[in-house]
Amino acid sequence: MTLSAHLPALQVVVPLVAAPLTVLLRGGRLPYLVALTSSWIALVIAVLLWRQVDSGGTLSYAMGSWPPPWGIEYRVDRLTAFLLVLVSAIAALVLPYSRASIEREVPRPQHYLFYTMFVLCLAGLLGISITGDAFNIFVFLEVSSLSTYVLIALGRDRRALMAAYQYLIMGTIGATFIVIGIGLLYLMTGTLNLADMGQRLAEVQGTRPVLAALAFLTVGISLKLALFPLHQWLPDAYTHAPSAVSSFLAATATKVAVYVLIRFYFSVFGASQVFAHLPMQEMMLLLALAGMFAASTIAIFQSDLKRLFAYSSVAQIGYIILGLSFNSINGLTATIVHLFNHGVTKGAIFMLLGAVAMVMGGSTLARIQGLGKRMPLVSIGIVICGLSLIGVPGTAGFISKWYLLLAAIEQGQWWLVFLILLSSLLAVIYVWRFVEAAYFREPRQDIDATAAVPWSMGVPAALLVAATVYFGLDTSFTIGSASQAAAALQGGLR
Amino acid sequence: MTIGGHFTYFITIFLMIAGLFIVIARGNLIKKLVGLGIFQTSVYLLYLAPAKLVGGTAPILSPAFTIYSNPLPHVLILTAIVVGVATLALGLALVVRIREGYDTIEEDEILALDAARDREAQAS
Amino acid sequence: MKNDLILRVIAKLLIPFIVMFAVYVQFHGDFGPGGGFQAGVILAAAVIFYALIYGLADARKVVPESVVESMMALGVLLYVGVGIAGLLLGGNFLDYFVLDPDPVHGQHRGIFWVEAGVAITVSGVMLKIFYMFADRGKADE
Repeated sequence: MTLSAHLPALQVVVPLVAAPLTVLLRGGRLPYLVALTSSWIALVIAVLLWRQVDSGGTLSYAMGSWPPPWGIEYRVDRLTAFLLVLVSAIAALVLPYSRASIEREVPRPQHYLFYTMFVLCLAGLLGISITGDAFNIFVFLEVSSLSTYVLIALGRDRRALMAAYQYLIMGTIGATFIVIGIGLLYLMTGTLNLADMGQRLAEVQGTRPVLAALAFLTVGISLKLALFPLHQWLPDAYTHAPSAVSSFLAATATKVAVYVLIRFYFSVFGASQVFAHLPMQEMMLLLALAGMFAASTIAIFQSDLKRLFAYSSVAQIGYIILGLSFNSINGLTATIVHLFNHGVTKGAIFMLLGAVAMVMGGSTLARIQGLGKRMPLVSIGIVICGLSLIGVPGTAGFISKWYLLLAAIEQGQWWLVFLILLSSLLAVIYVWRFVEAAYFREPRQDIDATAAVPWSMGVPAALLVAATVYFGLDTSFTIGSASQAAAALQGGLR
Repeated sequence: MTIGGHFTYFITIFLMIAGLFIVIARGNLIKKLVGLGIFQTSVYLLYLAPAKLVGGTAPILSPAFTIYSNPLPHVLILTAIVVGVATLALGLALVVRIREGYDTIEEDEILALDAARDREAQAS
Repeated sequence: MKNDLILRVIAKLLIPFIVMFAVYVQFHGDFGPGGGFQAGVILAAAVIFYALIYGLADARKVVPESVVESMMALGVLLYVGVGIAGLLLGGNFLDYFVLDPDPVHGQHRGIFWVEAGVAITVSGVMLKIFYMFADRGKADE
C-alpha cells in the first residue's frame, strides 16, 4: 500500500480528523498543535499532488473503491492542484499567526473551538476543490460555510454576530440555489459525476431545465463569491471577524467559489453552451465592471481600514470575473492567476491590519495616524500590498492586470483597456488614503502603542508580503499553472 | 399538461417563492430563519418528486418487480435535511446571542442601534 | 414538573421504549426509513424528555456535559476510523469491500459502524444544543 496513491483522500481526511481531536483535547496548547500539524501536512500533500499532476496529468481517485460514475470521484487536475496549494499554504501561514492574534480577540475558553472550526473550514475548502461529484461540492460548501459563520461570530464586537447572521442568510440562499441547479442537472442527465455530466449534457444542450440550472448555479455561486450586487455580506463579515479569520477568508473563501464557477462553466456546461444560449458574457462584463467601479469608489470613503480593504476585495473579485467574461485563454489565465495573487495580497493585508489593531487598539484612519513612525515595517508591508492591488509592476497584482489587458487587447476592446486602467486609478486613491494617514500625519499622543508584534504574527505576514513581490517577479509557478489549466479548460479537456 | 400531473411542482414553486419572500420581507430575525426553512423544504420536494417513477416500487431487489423508484434523491435529501438542521441550529444560536447583545431581534432596531453607536464613536 | 405525579410516571414508562425505538430505527435503516441521523435524534429526544420532566440538573447527572462533548467528537472519529481501516486493509478510503473476506458482508460491516458513528455524533450534538439553550435566560430570572 503506497501512501502516495491515497493522497487525494488524505488531503481532506487529515484536517477533518484534526477537528474532533481538537474538541477532545480541550485545553492547553494541544488543540493549536494538532491544528498546526494538520494544516502543514495538508500543505505538504497539496505540493506533492501538484507535482504529480504537473508531471503525470489528471489524477482520479475512487472513494470507497466504487468506480466512477457510480461512486464519488476525487479528480485532481491542474486548476485543482493550483487551488489546493493556495488554500493549504494560506492556512499553514494563518494558523501560527492566529495563536497570538486570538489571545486578544477571542475569550480563552473558546480557543479550542476556534481551532476546530478553522480546520473544519480548511477541510471543507480543500474538499470543494478536489471533489469531482456535484452534490459533494454542495456538502463541502456547506461544511466550510457553516464553520465560516461560526468563525466570524467569534469577533469581539457584537456587530460580528449580526454580520455572521447576515452572511448565514445570504450564504444559505446561495447554497440552496446551487442545490436547485444541481438537482435540475441531475434530472436532465441522471448522473452527479461532473465529468459524466459534461458528456451527457452535450445531448440536451439548450433545453429549458439546463438553462434554468445554469441560471440558478450562476446566481447561487455569485452569492458565495460576492459578485457585485450580491456582495452585501462581505464588508461586515470581513470587518468584524477576528483578524486571523478575515485574513484566511479574504484569501480563500471567495476564490474557491470562483473555482466552482469555473468548474461548472467549463467542465460541465462547456464554454460554448454557457456563452451561446444566455447573454452570460455581457452580464458578467457588466457586473464585473459595476463591481470594480462601485466597490472601489465606496472604498475611498471608508474610515475603517478593514472595511476599506473589504470593499477593495469586492472590486478585485470584479477583475476576476472580468477575466472570465472574455471567454479566451488569456482571460481565463488572468482569472486563475488573480485567484492566487489576490489571495496572497489580501491575506497579507489583513494579517498586517490585525497587527495594527493589536498595537494601536483599532484600525480606523483616525487611530493609525503616524503609523509610519510607530510601526514602520508594518506600514511598508501595507504599502507594498497596496501597490499590488493597484497593479504596479514588480508586484503580483501587475501580472494579473497584464493578462487582463492582453485579453482585452486581443479582442480589440480598447474601451475595456481604458476602464481597467481607470479603476486602477481608483485603487491608487484608496491606497493613498492609508499612505497619507500613516506617513503625513503626526502620531496621536493619547494612544499607548508600546505593545510589540510577536514573531508568530510578524513572520507569516512578512512571508506573505514577500510572496506578493516574489510572484510579481518570478511567475513560473503561477502563470505556468494558470495558463496550462486555462488551456485545458478552454479546450474542453478535463 | 394537467395540473394534477404536475401538482408537486406547483407546490415546490409556491414554497420556494413564499420562503424567499419571508426572508426578504420580514424584519424579525427568527421569521427570516423560518422563511429559509420553507425555502429549503421546497428544494427537498424538487428532488423527491421525480424520484418516484410511475409504477415503481420500493427500491429493494425482488424477482417479482422490474421497475424500482430511484433511491438516490432520497439519500441526497437526507444529507440536505441534516445541513438544513445544522444551519437552523446555528442561526438560532446566533439569534440568542444577538438578543443578549442588543436586547431586540428586529433587524431595523438593530441597525438603528448600530448607527447610533457609530455616530457616538465618530463624535468622540 | 417534577412534582406532577402523572407526568413522572408516564415519563418513567415511556423513556425506555423511546430508547428502544431509537435502537430499532438505527438498525433497520437498511430495510426501511431509518439510519444513524434519525436514531440519534430520537435518542436525544428521550434524554430531553427526561430533562423536561425531572429538570436540567438531574439530566446533567445522567448524561454529563463532558460525555456529550466527547460523544460529538468520538462519532466523527469512528466514521473516519472506518474509512482509514479501509485504507489500511488495502482498499481506498471508505472502502467497505475489504473489511471482510466476503465483500457483501464487508458492506454490512462498514455501514453498521458508520451509522453507529453518525448516531453517536448526532445525539451528542442535539443534546449539546439543548443543554446550551435550555439554561440561558434562567440566570436572569
